[in-house]
Amino acid sequence: MFDSLTEKLQKTFAKLKRHGRLNEAVVDEVLREIRIALLEADTNYKAVKELIAKIKERAVGSEVFNSLTPAQQVIKIVKDELIELLGRDFTKLNTSPKKPTIIFMIGLQGSGKTTSSAKLAKLLKSRGKRALLIGADIYRPAAIDQLESLSQKIEVSFYSERDSKDPRDIIERGIKAATKEGADIVIVDTAGRLHVDQEMMDELSELEKAFRPSEVLLVVDSMMGQDGVNMALSFKERISFTGLVLTKLDGDSKGGAALSIKAVTGSPIKFISSSEKLDGFEEFHPDRFAQRMLGLGDVLTLIEKAEAAFDAEETAKLAEKIKRDELDLNDFLEQMRQIRKMGSFDQILSMMPNIPGLKAKKLPTIDDGHLKRIEAIISSMTKEERGDPKIINGSRRSRIAKGSGHAPSDVNQLLKQFNETKKMMKQFGKLNTHAKMGKKFLPRIDL
Amino acid sequence: MLNRFQNGLKKSRENLLSHLKLPFSKRAIDESFFEELEEALIMTDMGLSQTESVLLDLRLKAGETKNLPTDELRASLVKIIEEKISISTIDPFAEPHPKAIILVGVNGTGKTTSLAKLAKIALDRGLGLVVGAGDTFRAAADKQLSIWAERLKVDIVSHQIGGDPAAVVHDAIAAAKSRKKEIILIDTAGRLHNDRNLMEEIKKIKRVSVRELGDDAVITLMVIDATTGQNGIVQAKEFNEALSLDGIILTKLDGSAKGGVVVAIAGELGIPILYVGQGEGLLDMSPFDPKEYSSALFGEGADV
Repeated sequence: MFDSLTEKLQKTFAKLKRHGRLNEAVVDEVLREIRIALLEADTNYKAVKELIAKIKERAVGSEVFNSLTPAQQVIKIVKDELIELLGRDFTKLNTSPKKPTIIFMIGLQGSGKTTSSAKLAKLLKSRGKRALLIGADIYRPAAIDQLESLSQKIEVSFYSERDSKDPRDIIERGIKAATKEGADIVIVDTAGRLHVDQEMMDELSELEKAFRPSEVLLVVDSMMGQDGVNMALSFKERISFTGLVLTKLDGDSKGGAALSIKAVTGSPIKFISSSEKLDGFEEFHPDRFAQRMLGLGDVLTLIEKAEAAFDAEETAKLAEKIKRDELDLNDFLEQMRQIRKMGSFDQILSMMPNIPGLKAKKLPTIDDGHLKRIEAIISSMTKEERGDPKIINGSRRSRIAKGSGHAPSDVNQLLKQFNETKKMMKQFGKLNTHAKMGKKFLPRIDL
Repeated sequence: MLNRFQNGLKKSRENLLSHLKLPFSKRAIDESFFEELEEALIMTDMGLSQTESVLLDLRLKAGETKNLPTDELRASLVKIIEEKISISTIDPFAEPHPKAIILVGVNGTGKTTSLAKLAKIALDRGLGLVVGAGDTFRAAADKQLSIWAERLKVDIVSHQIGGDPAAVVHDAIAAAKSRKKEIILIDTAGRLHNDRNLMEEIKKIKRVSVRELGDDAVITLMVIDATTGQNGIVQAKEFNEALSLDGIILTKLDGSAKGGVVVAIAGELGIPILYVGQGEGLLDMSPFDPKEYSSALFGEGADV
């Protein structure tokens, strides 16, 4: 949505060129576009109303009128207000002074509680914490099996009872097991429930009273619509949840419902979950999220991810090469391997600022088979060819194709991909420098 | 059966009505009336463009005759929505047999539970069944399905986690043919519509089914959660482009969500809604009735 919002705003402002100065009519048109975009993002109707009023107040002020770059100014205001709504700082997990800290995962059916429980456990484990997962969903068939199998995958302790009719017993004995093995944190995967189901809400409320968890995380599907606010308020009436987990962000939903839920309940979004891989789980940073929503990208997260996956020295060398436009096929192969570690191309791209024309291109997905093919083709090239792919002509191409057991068209495709990546990396390199210099990066908008 | 169906509707009707404030008690049809109505329509998740089209129609109606009584306007609203979602549907269980019904959708919409409910409908109609556990990705998905299959006493074909779902489908169809069963119900892994690899995988599942059974004997239904917002339109569009959907199953309508996204899906993409799921019991699924749905949302008593 905000990608297209940025585009729409640019168009609206481009009209200004003909009109000259900015006037109130244009501001109203701009606000109309923003309103549509927010509603299409599933932002709650009332929240949109308030947001638009605030933006208008600021937009008709001198900030925008005196600016030579009104589009940037308006986007900045929208971004600021979104960050305000999302909460300014990211909030850490509450912990209990006495081990173990108890965390409840709650929410509607299908919001992603079980997967999020395991992902959270994995994140905590990577930070040196001992976690134990408790499967307390006695209703959904095989929910307990699902959690157990995930716990084995991430090598985290697990407790549940398959013949128990009472989640309270399971949790109680699970906590005992956790204490015995010295776990720092217990994560309880509760059953999915509808907020209008009184019986199930009673159950949850009783569990909360009995165990007094330090954190109760409401798991919210980022694809949720206008009812998100009702749902969250009904949960809040019965259970004082302490934070939100926003799931399925690898989809292309805009998560406006989550933003609204944060706004009406005041509970911070603590984690965001994307991808079905168990490491797609991060702490929530409101500023970054707003930037991503606005299509300004999330350069910081990307840099952090890159730093985790890349060797620091290698990164510096690579950055230098990118800057000097000297990326060769050896680097490309290395890149492909690294990027594979970081996640999919799409995932990385969604964190990048809007680079004109880049997102429109279908970028290759890299799976293992793909990587093998790239490796085979590149290793069939001579040193010279790898260093300077431009010299690859027809006869070299058919030799490489034969040597690697692929078709010449595969070689072509690889070279094309290399050139695209090179272009992308060059652009990213530029942004990277901006971010490091602490400059606020806004897309250049031609008026 | 009928009784249960009516109860289900009553339940969803009660819930559908919660929190939706309709301005029909107003005396005058003025700008504030339309503004309040806009809010109510947006709150159903039908989206801005459908809302605007509904409002435009209503404005025309209101303009025709001055002082149009509000209850007449309400009736028009119900009618407009009903027309938007009335699309000729098919009976997914009808001949030719054997027939495969593939359930697709994003993660967490209720595919497996819906499959169990469809199985119950098929059994009640005296049709023989084989269930194919095509979700070979999610941990314990096969187990969840086999628990249902056991409860319903139907045959299930499943492979190991991580296996090729198309192979499961192939085997399930072969089993149905050799055991002379009429219906093959196929569960698939939840997948996001923007995941290119997984969308290729689901296309392959359909291709294999069509190859084995013929085009007429494969039905593809998308399961969508009633709480879904505007992304539901994108989901339906992408799945429809990949698989040409035969219909929609709307689940979890027993919450307070209105499921209005199906108005947009039907209105903009022309995909019919076949069933509505309203609970966790095996009988909690009923055929979708456009008229009932529309009047549950906006008819008399909707703004009590």
